[in-house]
Amino acid sequence: MISIEHLTKYYGEHLAVDDISFDITEGHVYGFLGPNGAGKSTTMNIITGCLSATEGKVLIDGHDIFEEPNAAKRRIGYLPEHPPLYMNESPAEYLRFVGEAKGLRGAELSAQIDEVLERTGITHVRNRRIATLSKGYKQRVGIAQALLGNPGVIILDEPTVGLDPIQIIEIRDLITELGKTHTVIFSSHILSEVQAICDQIIMIAHGKLVAFGKPEELQKQLLSPNEITLTTDADEAAIREILKDVEHIADIRVERTDDGLSIAHIKSDHEKLYELSGAVFGAFAASTGIIYEMTLKKGNLEDVFIELTENAGLEAPQEQASSDNALQEEASQEQASDTADATTESEVEEA
Amino acid sequence: MIAVLKHELRTYFHSLTAYVFGAFLLVFVGVGAMLYNLQAAVSNFEYVLSFSSLIFVVIVPILTMRVLAEERKQKTDQLLYSLPISTAKVILGKYLALLVVYFVPLCVIAAYPLIFSRYGDVYLLTSYGSLLAYFVMGASLIAVGLFISSLTENQGFAAGIGIAAILFNYFSVSLAEYVSATAFGSAAAICIFAVILGWIIHYLTRNDTIAYSVSLVLLAATVIAYFVNRTGFEGLLPDIMKKLSLFDRLNTFVNGIFDMTAITYFLSVIVFFLFLSVQSLEKRRYN
Repeated sequence: MISIEHLTKYYGEHLAVDDISFDITEGHVYGFLGPNGAGKSTTMNIITGCLSATEGKVLIDGHDIFEEPNAAKRRIGYLPEHPPLYMNESPAEYLRFVGEAKGLRGAELSAQIDEVLERTGITHVRNRRIATLSKGYKQRVGIAQALLGNPGVIILDEPTVGLDPIQIIEIRDLITELGKTHTVIFSSHILSEVQAICDQIIMIAHGKLVAFGKPEELQKQLLSPNEITLTTDADEAAIREILKDVEHIADIRVERTDDGLSIAHIKSDHEKLYELSGAVFGAFAASTGIIYEMTLKKGNLEDVFIELTENAGLEAPQEQASSDNALQEEASQEQASDTADATTESEVEEA
Repeated sequence: MIAVLKHELRTYFHSLTAYVFGAFLLVFVGVGAMLYNLQAAVSNFEYVLSFSSLIFVVIVPILTMRVLAEERKQKTDQLLYSLPISTAKVILGKYLALLVVYFVPLCVIAAYPLIFSRYGDVYLLTSYGSLLAYFVMGASLIAVGLFISSLTENQGFAAGIGIAAILFNYFSVSLAEYVSATAFGSAAAICIFAVILGWIIHYLTRNDTIAYSVSLVLLAATVIAYFVNRTGFEGLLPDIMKKLSLFDRLNTFVNGIFDMTAITYFLSVIVFFLFLSVQSLEKRRYN
């Protein structure tokens, strides 16, 4: 459906996108994940024909975006990072303009406008000035605009940024809904969001493609070892003695606490973590050691994300830029956990 | 293109822009008609047009300042880039909408000579010939304003530069009297122009080779021409300034001559600046 070959973009001397190639097939929701400044927006702008590429090719259903821009653009609906809205118009007027520009006329145009208003849930504000709408509704008008002309692919650039938790959930639901009828590509620096709605993940960092695949596959493929943390009264030597017959243990690290207990970090590369925790529990039960607390820590996509993006940064050290990105990464991680928390909270409220 | 045209027209007529532009033009032409045709009892309506052309210095930049600058500021240019319409059609649609806004008050003005002709002898041919030239000249100024708006995202800046450029054009004939008419002065001015042109090309294309070669070729050509044929340079600069003036060419029509070269000149200016506007918009795609 969309095929991207060796895409490279320089801004002057700065390399923003570095030789990215991937194929997008029909009927999936793709998450385009990467820290801020990784080149997500640049890539999306090139795919949609808003920006030229320094090198490389973008084919939309076999139409080159640079050679046959109109044919290619008709197959894409695009919502840029800042929704491109004329603030003094109503959604109905705005959509009429976009629809006409996309070549729709007469009854079909009216029918499509009604349909996209309905799908994005903004029919009741269709005659209000866009400037007076809330941010979430402005975002919906932007999505409605992308849906006009019934393109096969919908590309959304950070559609949930700056929205409140409830609006975020609504937009996510909308994206899931759209995914049933369209191929959707949407970018985000928030991992939990991508994990929640996408069935394919494209991960980029520092302009490079670092991973591409299903979330579970990525998790499996690049997982850091699983870990069991347990608190016990046995000392290090005793712990090693107790666990010496348990299989699949890669490494044990023990630290002492102030109240005379030990915390053991047991690392394993075994897939079935419960088997291991059962064996550990059995070994302790057979000995004199008491387990006060036991926690299982599974490697998750977040670890993959951090690992991959940091590795990509190490391969191409960019003095100033990398430290900036590290800060932004931290910020985005914080935001990610914030939103995740907020989501669960509001979900609880809703329930 | 039709979609852009309709959209722009709706924007103009829903906001004050079209009305302010029309009102200013009508007031100024009205004042002129009162002074010349009513008070001084002159039957030549073309004098009014000549007098009122000064108002273009203010109203054209006000009309054109937001047309592309605002799109860029509100990031709606992203939408235009992602829609399946070419940049040339976007520019053409916007330009035609501006022409419509300009055409409406002119329709009202077109009735004046007919009204006056009921009370005396009016030279209708010269009146309407001049009115046509007036329309085409205004259209070329609007093309200039459109291009200036494409260069910046700041409306105020676009208006300021627009006023300066049109004012300079308005007074270029008077200024031509004061600039050096010697061969050396003209040659020096052309050299400076060559350097500025090189700089503009550098700014627009970010290509050093083209910019330097254009500049150097022009400089070399000027210097060689200066030493080969010194007399050819005498009075050249004032001549060029007079020729470039859009306003001066209107006066030919006012004097009763329908000058096809002037019409061609106006149309060339329109095409040239629309072309530059398209390039300016395309360039942002390549930043």
